[in-house]
Amino acid sequence: MANETDITVEVHSQEDIITARQSGRELARQSGFGTVDQTRLATVISELVRNALVYAGGGTCRIYSDISDSQRTLHLVVSDEGPGIVDVPRALEPGFSSGGGLGLGLPAVRRLMDDMTIDTHPTGTVIHARMTRKR
Amino acid sequence: MRVPVLRLGHILLTSVQSDLTDEQAMTLQGDILELLRDGKADGIVIDITSVDVVDSYMARVLNETARMARIMGGEVVLTGMQPLVALTLVEMGREIIGVETALDLESGVERLKSSLARRDRDRNDTRANPGDRYGE
Repeated sequence: MANETDITVEVHSQEDIITARQSGRELARQSGFGTVDQTRLATVISELVRNALVYAGGGTCRIYSDISDSQRTLHLVVSDEGPGIVDVPRALEPGFSSGGGLGLGLPAVRRLMDDMTIDTHPTGTVIHARMTRKR
Repeated sequence: MRVPVLRLGHILLTSVQSDLTDEQAMTLQGDILELLRDGKADGIVIDITSVDVVDSYMARVLNETARMARIMGGEVVLTGMQPLVALTLVEMGREIIGVETALDLESGVERLKSSLARRDRDRNDTRANPGDRYGE
């Protein structure tokens, strides 16, 4: 069976959120990540892709793995062409939400992944989150 | 597709069998609250054994459903949460789930029955001492 190690899911609807997280889980499994990490990744995809849908009307979700002799890394890149995040430090505070959510989305992503970088402008946002495990 | 809600005496049972879209989750919430309002039941057990992702949105819908049911006079018990889901929720932050829970459907039904019985007992006690309350 061919291993798909680089997947891009275009997100335009709520169904695409489910497609994206199922694809992510499968890619994580095929890249040798355990079930705990698969669930973490699926949850994080759900949070970020929903943000793209709610705040930007849609976006793109790319998931790929990078495997070397000593470690494996899962990358998740969610990008949109929305209005950007106005106050990033505030968006990372648990309990703050401008979209009627729990305000736990971005803080949860940071807790579930090893690191996250946010590149946001008035013309769009790119969030890159990573998870690395020793082999 | 709509999530079916079954009635068993005064209790509603529902089992979420697949990943729900946000809209399906809201529809389920509406269906549950309508059945409670119409007096078809006093409480509901929501089984999420087959659910493998609970993100902050789903957590919010579950919490709100329970809170709404409670202020309407009903009770909600969540059952069957997968260990991986529980682990992820704990990592996501404290207090993300504020719903009464039980390990499986059977203990969930027992839990719901006993909290409904407790509620009815409290109401009868109040009625027995009408002087303690205003306006009743």
